Amino acid sequence: MAFVNLQNVTYKYPLTKTPVLQNINLQVNEGEFVAVMGPNGAGKSTLCYALAGFVPHFFKGEISGSIEVDGKKSSESTLDEWVLNVGLAFQNPFNQISGAKYTVFEEIAFGLENIGVPREEMKDRVDEAMSLTGISDLADRSPYSLSGGQQQRVALTSILVMRPRLLVLDEPTSQMDPIGTREVFGVVRKMAEEGMTVVMVEHKVEWIAHFADRVIALKEGRVFLEGKPNDVLTSDLLVENGFGISRYTSAAREAKKQGLWKKDKLPVTLFEAAEGFKP
Amino acid sequence: MKISINDLRFTYPAGVEALRGISLEINPGEQVAIVGQNGAGKTTLVRHFNGLLRPSSGSVWVGDWDTSKYSVAKLASRVGYVFQNPDEQLFSRDVLTEVAFGPKNLGYKKNKVDELVGCALALTELNDKTETNPYDLSPTWRKMVALASIIAMDTPIVIFDEPTTGQDAVNIARIANVIAEIKKEGKTVITITHDIDFCAENFERVIALSNGEVLLDGEAHDVLGREEILAKTYVDPPQLTRLGKALGLKETVINQEEFLNALK
Repeated sequence: MAFVNLQNVTYKYPLTKTPVLQNINLQVNEGEFVAVMGPNGAGKSTLCYALAGFVPHFFKGEISGSIEVDGKKSSESTLDEWVLNVGLAFQNPFNQISGAKYTVFEEIAFGLENIGVPREEMKDRVDEAMSLTGISDLADRSPYSLSGGQQQRVALTSILVMRPRLLVLDEPTSQMDPIGTREVFGVVRKMAEEGMTVVMVEHKVEWIAHFADRVIALKEGRVFLEGKPNDVLTSDLLVENGFGISRYTSAAREAKKQGLWKKDKLPVTLFEAAEGFKP
Repeated sequence: MKISINDLRFTYPAGVEALRGISLEINPGEQVAIVGQNGAGKTTLVRHFNGLLRPSSGSVWVGDWDTSKYSVAKLASRVGYVFQNPDEQLFSRDVLTEVAFGPKNLGYKKNKVDELVGCALALTELNDKTETNPYDLSPTWRKMVALASIIAMDTPIVIFDEPTTGQDAVNIARIANVIAEIKKEGKTVITITHDIDFCAENFERVIALSNGEVLLDGEAHDVLGREEILAKTYVDPPQLTRLGKALGLKETVINQEEFLNALK
């Protein structure tokens, strides 16, 4: 039995005319790292909200089908029960930071305070989480004095510290510098190795290919493609349907036409490209 | 219109020293990308160009104006600034009013306002959304409204703060097209970006900042090929530059055309 199990999920926000998610079936195993990609408007954030229980508990609207995490149904849980198992880092950290705390350290402790974790344990967990995401030096800064990318790391850390069994990330690196992005993917991979289940919305194809176990490509509220990263990310269908692809794939596809790429499979990562282009 | 920055230093009230002595000249019509680590001072630097921040010491000149002597409202006629987060920028009840707000405030005559708004809406492909409330649009289109409302001000200098963040491939191509069009008009475009491939494909000059100082500044190939120095500010070279290096190509290549030519 999959740890995350979505069966025929269709959902419409209260004020929209057409469903944003249409008949989504998705199973994710415990400890699996699944990346979700898709053009703007594909329903990626809504899928995150559905996994995190905000859809429909917070946003209301019409939902059908079933959403299960660890054998429990979202429809039969309250949001405050649900968030003990599932953590969501928002796409825009400005929307997530509480506004009630003066320092980064306190901001990260906020969730733990709310569930009544003892003070000493709380301190240790906050320190540990900050060192994991490389923001220990920001502990005493105000969350609002940080740059966009730094705020994004704070938002991610304040979810990781809760140790959710399902970690849902909505474009967690969108404002981060390139090497910082790679580090965050590395941290997420490590969490998955330790048994956390991860669903991460991302556009950064090269790092998805490196770190994720599986890719789901969404389009117009439906699962468009699904499979191993290299298979999905080199599909001819992506470009014509508005998905981004890696420059390695694009260059190799063009090179193939000119007889400069000889392999059947196209590359997604630097390693695959360098192997294939070597004389 | 030229921008001259002379030994610019800036310390935030809480004591964080964000800029530590920056000197740069940006010439009229240049296409400049600013890259660097989160917290390197990129946004702090460009917010000095339109007066949102004032130097703690040193100076910033826009044309013949010392920015410390002019109001933000006045500087808005020379420097347009598209915020990283459109939600911090948009406030009107519909797209048309939003886009017309800037040029109206700059005192253009009605005919001119209509013309500028028309061009900006066409360029950003917003013609069919003029009556919509910006907050009823998806974040993608909200970003385009933010772009349009600055472009309509027809300033000689336009700044984009992370224009491609959270955008899909189609919209990134749209934004690249907007930048190319503004360039044709001879305007200066300054863009902060973490998207190094986008940077390589659309900008001639690249400035890498690190800890409030200029780490590298030069023609895109010269800057983007220097992997070890860029790593100091958490930037990777573009994908095809890394591939070119891995294959031992002699020249630094930064885009697909150069890469394929170098292979032959």
